[in-house]
Amino acid sequence: MTLTESWAAMLSRTSFIELDARERAGALLDDGTARELCGPFDRIESPWLEPQGVVPQSDDGVVVVKGRLGGQPAVVVGIEQAFQGGGIGEVPGVKIATALSLAAQDNREGTPTAAVLLLETGGVRLQEANLGLATVAEVCAAVLELRALQPVVGVVAGALGCFGGMTIAAGLCTKLIMTEEGRLGLNGPEVIESEAGVAEFDASDHALVWSIDGGRQRVRTGLADALVLDDVSALRSAVIDAVRGGVPDEHRSQRLRELRACLESVDPGRVVEASEVAGGWAKAVPRKGGAG
Amino acid sequence: MQTLNFEFPADRPAAGRTHVGVVGSGDLEILMTPGDGAARVRVRTSVDGFDIVWRTVLERFFARHPVAGSFELNDFGATPGVVTLRLRQAIEGSTG
Repeated sequence: MTLTESWAAMLSRTSFIELDARERAGALLDDGTARELCGPFDRIESPWLEPQGVVPQSDDGVVVVKGRLGGQPAVVVGIEQAFQGGGIGEVPGVKIATALSLAAQDNREGTPTAAVLLLETGGVRLQEANLGLATVAEVCAAVLELRALQPVVGVVAGALGCFGGMTIAAGLCTKLIMTEEGRLGLNGPEVIESEAGVAEFDASDHALVWSIDGGRQRVRTGLADALVLDDVSALRSAVIDAVRGGVPDEHRSQRLRELRACLESVDPGRVVEASEVAGGWAKAVPRKGGAG
Repeated sequence: MQTLNFEFPADRPAAGRTHVGVVGSGDLEILMTPGDGAARVRVRTSVDGFDIVWRTVLERFFARHPVAGSFELNDFGATPGVVTLRLRQAIEGSTG
């Protein structure tokens, strides 16, 4: 379904992007099943922000909600993009990793429990740099632990997008769902511009940024799996479908030969237009059954 | 960043604890826990030097809505209008 065909759906939708992390988690889960773990009144806030003159938040920007998805037990972890740019510090990383590990434990004890990660983050929180990096590694390890047992579904709905260390976790997800508005990239546009210059990447050129990092391009190039309208019910169905799809024989991150073939098909000696990438990669790796 | 503590006379019971808002640009988070005898407010704000404005905004609010309990405000540069709106949200259901 293209966006021109879906104008009626656009008009009648309930925006997912406009919800905060807690509302997003609740909106995905089956009605009346959501139960927050480690919530604001547990006051597990960052011990590192206040000494550095930054106001903390009572949940440290990560919301963990247990419930059911299409009847099956699931845990949804939402990163709040409005707090510190969704930055991952010690507490956020540990909350995500622990939620995934506990889900894995439930699976081993006979309760099939899937996980959904709502990834709106600029990456590691600079005020907690080393601890942040360490916890991102823990998150990745926990994704690997759980994805062998049940799907771990990543959602990059926007408006912030998913950048930095957490894109590695996104890359490890069983399935990655994006909207047109969502962005995914290891280095954010501003970071590339400040490191390599405006001639390399102009972060103020939105058309350029979305032509590379945007959901449509990421799905076209096989780095994400489904492009979904920014609509609560559309995203919920996409997430439920991804969970019902089960655990694949081989995850994207294990298909190293394909990923290497894609990279080798790119000639670094000339500037490649974003529009050429999908076609070039499709030639390098003929798709089996349409991963995009 | 600055931490401010206030106490205002209040006798209206709160219906239950509430959490509203986010520590995002121009916004604030409020955790309200019911209590007795007074409204005890702790403000942690990213903007220094607005002690008098905070006192005025809070004094006016609790004069109108004397809900007893503890109010924890984590502020990221909210204007007085937004602060009042979030406080009203926090005591929704306690004023009837």
